[in-house]
Amino acid sequence: MGADNHRPIKYHSAFDIIGPVMVGPSSSHTAGALRVALMARKLLGHSPREVVFELMGSFAETYRGHGTDRALAAGILGMSADDLRLPDALEIAEKSGLKITFTKASGNLYHPNTVRIIAKSAQDHIEVIGSSLGGGKIEIVEVDAFPVRLSGDRSALVLWHRDQPGFLATVLTAVANEGINVGRLSLERASKGGTALVAIEIDGSYSVSLLDSLAPIREAVLKSRLIMPV
Amino acid sequence: MPRQSWYLFFDVSKMSFFKKLTQGVGQMFFTQLKELVELAHAHKQKISDVMLALEIEEQGTDEITIRHHMSEQFTVMEEAVRRGIDQVLPSRGGLIGGDANRLWRHMQTNARQSILGPVASAAMANAMAVSEVNAHMGRIVATPTAGAAGILPGVLVALLDTQEYSRMAVEASLLTAAAIGLVIANSSSISGAAGGCQAEVGSATAMTAAAVVELYGGSPQEAVDAVGLALTNSLGLVCDPVAGLVEVPCIYRNGLHAVTALAAAECAMAGIRNVIPADEVVGAMYDIGNSLPESLRETGLGGLAATPTGRRLRQQILGGS
Repeated sequence: MGADNHRPIKYHSAFDIIGPVMVGPSSSHTAGALRVALMARKLLGHSPREVVFELMGSFAETYRGHGTDRALAAGILGMSADDLRLPDALEIAEKSGLKITFTKASGNLYHPNTVRIIAKSAQDHIEVIGSSLGGGKIEIVEVDAFPVRLSGDRSALVLWHRDQPGFLATVLTAVANEGINVGRLSLERASKGGTALVAIEIDGSYSVSLLDSLAPIREAVLKSRLIMPV
Repeated sequence: MPRQSWYLFFDVSKMSFFKKLTQGVGQMFFTQLKELVELAHAHKQKISDVMLALEIEEQGTDEITIRHHMSEQFTVMEEAVRRGIDQVLPSRGGLIGGDANRLWRHMQTNARQSILGPVASAAMANAMAVSEVNAHMGRIVATPTAGAAGILPGVLVALLDTQEYSRMAVEASLLTAAAIGLVIANSSSISGAAGGCQAEVGSATAMTAAAVVELYGGSPQEAVDAVGLALTNSLGLVCDPVAGLVEVPCIYRNGLHAVTALAAAECAMAGIRNVIPADEVVGAMYDIGNSLPESLRETGLGGLAATPTGRRLRQQILGGS
């Protein structure tokens, strides 16, 4: 049977259902795929030079028919789901010198519509796994092999850091001092004292001054991203 | 066509009254259709009002912003209908194109022989029109998904064109549809890959049936009765797109289910109540979706996609085996 009253829910807004405004043909395979790729671009922080999309489940079977390949390219190029250039995204990517590869992978552990995105730029690289849940709704479930929960619907703060006592407390205090409410939070570390990743989704939006108030733990922060809704 | 600005007709004193009303409501959240009906009854509101109050509460925005945003969505929906009716748009995969226009011309020249009558035929043509725009990689609104995006605008634009309902009332009914869609999405699924076509076209049919009931002045309970009937008639619908394209059978299912939505609304307004409560039908849809093999969940491998013609078309369009 379906959900009970106390289960966290995925769809919150009337516009999750009456929306998004998008270029067809599939909200999960086009708009949702685009949003997953756009999140990957934002997590990387700039334009990649080379991208590999590993398609799983239904994505792997139907990606050409649904324009999933074009949508993923559009997202990684930074386009939005209603961008009328979406049908030409593969050609636009090629012209801009972005190398894109599509492969199929086994995705039994994930939602049927899932893609692993490995994006490389001259300076950096990132590995993102995201699922398209239906109706354009998405969930980023892994970043650089750390489990996360990012919907792309709300602003998010993502910090790659060194695991140390008081790190999360300092971050949350800074967030609280800005009067911001935390909606979702995920934290995982590679090992005690090793690399860790925290992803925080909030109501409203962050100001860049938030990063300033993280000064006391600056040493421990390896990389930070403030991500706006996609 | 100039867009009507709803707020010009809106009485500000009424708005502040509404604000007080919703402030008093507190927690408007609902996860079941039964709760939605109870909330509407408790506050003597329509389902669209409950959805509006929840949206204000959850998103921290105000009524003007929400109604304006919904009006923008409806504009895109209507544009897609008009474009698909007026133009013959070939789909990207080449399987469909021109059916909406064909149906529309048939209605114009053979109006007296119409089997369905003007509203249902227009709704059917409109729904196919949006599906054609979608398959052409044109701009549409996912309601709740792109694959099922024809049904809600198809029916609502047909009702708008009867000139019996104001644009504002039609736009408000989108909130009713949204409330139903939210319940289904959160307790079952609106993804064809997860739940089959019943999750997409079935959900859209149910959402549309409820919107129609509210437009016709039906009660929240009648709207939910229409949801139960519409979903009951959609259970088991598999997602079997030929060559994996959102073309065949999607366009036919959008067109024909626009008629189903109207039929479910008519039944509910006549006082027919689905014997199985609507929430249980939603639960059955979830269970059926989980029982479907992967070949019938948007992989383009089973059902119509696996017929001799389906396989041949796949070979033609995509190559390979």
